[in-house]
Amino acid sequence: MSTEKLELFEVFIRSKRGLDHRHVGSLHAEDHQQALEYARDCYTRRSEGVSLWVVKSADIVASQEDDAESFYDPMDDKPYRHATYYQLPKEVDNM
Amino acid sequence: MKLIMSDLRDKDLLLQFTLRLGDDALILGHRLSEWCRNGPFLEEDIALSNIALDYIGRARMHYSYASDLSEGEKSEDDFAFLRECRDYQNFLINELPRGDFAQTMARQLILDVFYTLQLEQMSQSKDATLAAIAGKAIKETKYHLRRSTDWVLRLGDGTEESHNRLQAGFDAIWGYVPEMFEQDEVEEKLVKLGVAVNTKDLKPEWEKQIGAILKEATIDVPQQEWTVRGGRAGFHTEHLGHLLSELQYMQRSYPGLEW
Repeated sequence: MSTEKLELFEVFIRSKRGLDHRHVGSLHAEDHQQALEYARDCYTRRSEGVSLWVVKSADIVASQEDDAESFYDPMDDKPYRHATYYQLPKEVDNM
Repeated sequence: MKLIMSDLRDKDLLLQFTLRLGDDALILGHRLSEWCRNGPFLEEDIALSNIALDYIGRARMHYSYASDLSEGEKSEDDFAFLRECRDYQNFLINELPRGDFAQTMARQLILDVFYTLQLEQMSQSKDATLAAIAGKAIKETKYHLRRSTDWVLRLGDGTEESHNRLQAGFDAIWGYVPEMFEQDEVEEKLVKLGVAVNTKDLKPEWEKQIGAILKEATIDVPQQEWTVRGGRAGFHTEHLGHLLSELQYMQRSYPGLEW
């Protein structure tokens, strides 16, 4: 058996209650159920988490490098969109 | 509760029984560890190696308790590495070669169903240490069973080849099953003392659960006409000697080696 016929899944782990799930890597599996079991075996053996998500990699829609110009560059010259742009009144002190 | 074993003979029985449980775990763990780097693909390789480690851990807990029972006369390593073939008293099914992946999964299902039933009761044992070990092991075994059930369904109901291999896997080892449900004098006495589990009573439930899974996997329950037994008496298949020569190599070549 090889991994060619298996699907690729992305694995997310929540390491503690109250924290977000974080992407930790990917793996091959036949279906969601098996992916969850392999995620347990490959990524949580040293008590890394309390909750697991697996998502088919093919289901993730990612932004493209080529889009960077229209996606992110326009933000660069608009510093007033950042909170740090504004001078805080003394009374507020550290925010 | 160690002290219901007031008379020395009972204590010897307890030691012997603890070693049997340790041997079951060590030998199966070693067989599963042979899949490390030989798995069908990386994820399954890691998963199987994890299970092998669960069993090695279980063996260690039993051997370390056995060491206590021997009052320090023997260490955990003595039990694992420095006994002769005839001294091991594991079930024969645990020592059989791993075969192909389907056969490994067939054995795993047979044992996982057995262990879920046996450990559930062992966790109520009057011997507090054995009960505690069982309580820990059952959590692992529930996960093992989930995996082996999953694989048996996948392979049985998969392609023609996977189906045939799985059927052949069950057929090849089915004659080693009856031994798991038999008990000698040692275990009968410990059952009476509330220490060991009467595995004879587990058989109907085991048959029911295995039957249901095999049916769903479109695998025929083998109608075996042969039975091999002897593990609990130290009579083994020709395979155990080879396994031990690999398992014991380091301690035999470098006596007293620690790491």
